[in-house]
Amino acid sequence: MVGFDKRVQSYSQALEGLVDGMTVISGGFGLCGIPENLIAQIRTMGVRNLTVVSNNCGVDGFGLGVLLEDRQIRRVIASYVGENALFEKQLLSGELEVQLTPQGTLAEKLRAGGAGIPAFYTATGAGTSVSEGKEERTFAGRRYILEESITSDFAIIKGWKADWYGNIVYRHTAQNFNPLAATAGRVTVAEVEEIVPPGELEPSTIHTPGIYVDRLIQGRFEKRIEQKTTRSL
Amino acid sequence: MALTREQMAQRVARELRDGYYVNLGIGIPTLVANYVPQGIDVMLQSENGLLGMGPFPTPDALDADMINAGKQTVTARKGAAIFSSADSFAMIRGGHIDLTVLGAFEVDVFGNLASWMIPGKLVKGMGGAMDLVAGADNIIVLMTHASKSGESKLLPKCSLPLTGAGCVRRILTDLAYLEIEAQTFVLKERAPGVTVDFIKERTAGALRVSGTVPEMTF
Repeated sequence: MVGFDKRVQSYSQALEGLVDGMTVISGGFGLCGIPENLIAQIRTMGVRNLTVVSNNCGVDGFGLGVLLEDRQIRRVIASYVGENALFEKQLLSGELEVQLTPQGTLAEKLRAGGAGIPAFYTATGAGTSVSEGKEERTFAGRRYILEESITSDFAIIKGWKADWYGNIVYRHTAQNFNPLAATAGRVTVAEVEEIVPPGELEPSTIHTPGIYVDRLIQGRFEKRIEQKTTRSL
Repeated sequence: MALTREQMAQRVARELRDGYYVNLGIGIPTLVANYVPQGIDVMLQSENGLLGMGPFPTPDALDADMINAGKQTVTARKGAAIFSSADSFAMIRGGHIDLTVLGAFEVDVFGNLASWMIPGKLVKGMGGAMDLVAGADNIIVLMTHASKSGESKLLPKCSLPLTGAGCVRRILTDLAYLEIEAQTFVLKERAPGVTVDFIKERTAGALRVSGTVPEMTF
């Protein structure tokens, strides 16, 4: 009996069904808490024409940046991009389309999408270029714009610990967009550092309940750091 | 003399109050954390999901899972909380942050702020800046008074794409502390040794000066 056991045996199983033209939401902030092995698997699969929803788009040679190398991404929805030369090049040549979205709006688009809320009003971006073509309303004298939520074919996330049932705990600020991404995928695939039997995680400490997770795999992570800043001992 | 970056941060730090939750933008605003007045406690919010940002880690404690919104490795202070990006922006949009300090390219007399995009240059994105200015009633803009070529950044109307509309009331530049009232910049304080005329020449938007304007002291 499989029941609630979400574990899969390989990365190719983890992303089975992902095909050209699909939309993929990825958790992570910068290179922190990114599903680096699932991204690498997308590269191996060679699927193309993807729409990627993620706060950032990796760097040259790591994170979502690797999917630019074989031009697998057609469109990116993100709040901050361009930490990579290849991204810049493909953007300027028109191979890559970017939809810049305020970070809080992006987070809320995923949260709302996962919660079955198709759109919401927010003050963020009212009176700026972000509001172009969007419905505007005034509540209590303040301007708000209507933002549509996001759901996707696949969501890929990275957790710290999970039990077989896909209940996930994140570590430190590697949480970021991961719990939101988890809710918004039609198929949500989680990779984690450690998988434990059900009962070992304290129920009240679970960040992402297993109901949102369809497939689970344990990986080994490089965890690259973008800016190593330290103080002296 | 125009204020140094450190003096600008020092002046803004005097606006901190005990028990404030504060978001500091990248650049000079980050330096404000170094000048928190003695005897008060503030909690720094980092929009990637950290309330209670501490100093950089010692080299032996470097942790890829512990970063700030500038993607620098940091620590969490005692009493910190960590949460998702949605919770982080709920704090910001819900008006729970007591003070937001951020940089800008331009500000105008309507309180409009431009800080994220220069047409013709590569656009990297607004990150969390639009959320921060839309959610906060208490914003201080920290920037140089004029560009390197001497052009005023305090304008009758912003020329660059906006980050937020009608969101700014307080501005600290390297020359002055100003507030916006009735579509006018009101000169409240001068940098030490900087004359009112010098500030007037470098302020393109309407400027009101009433009485003697005190000099900042450091």
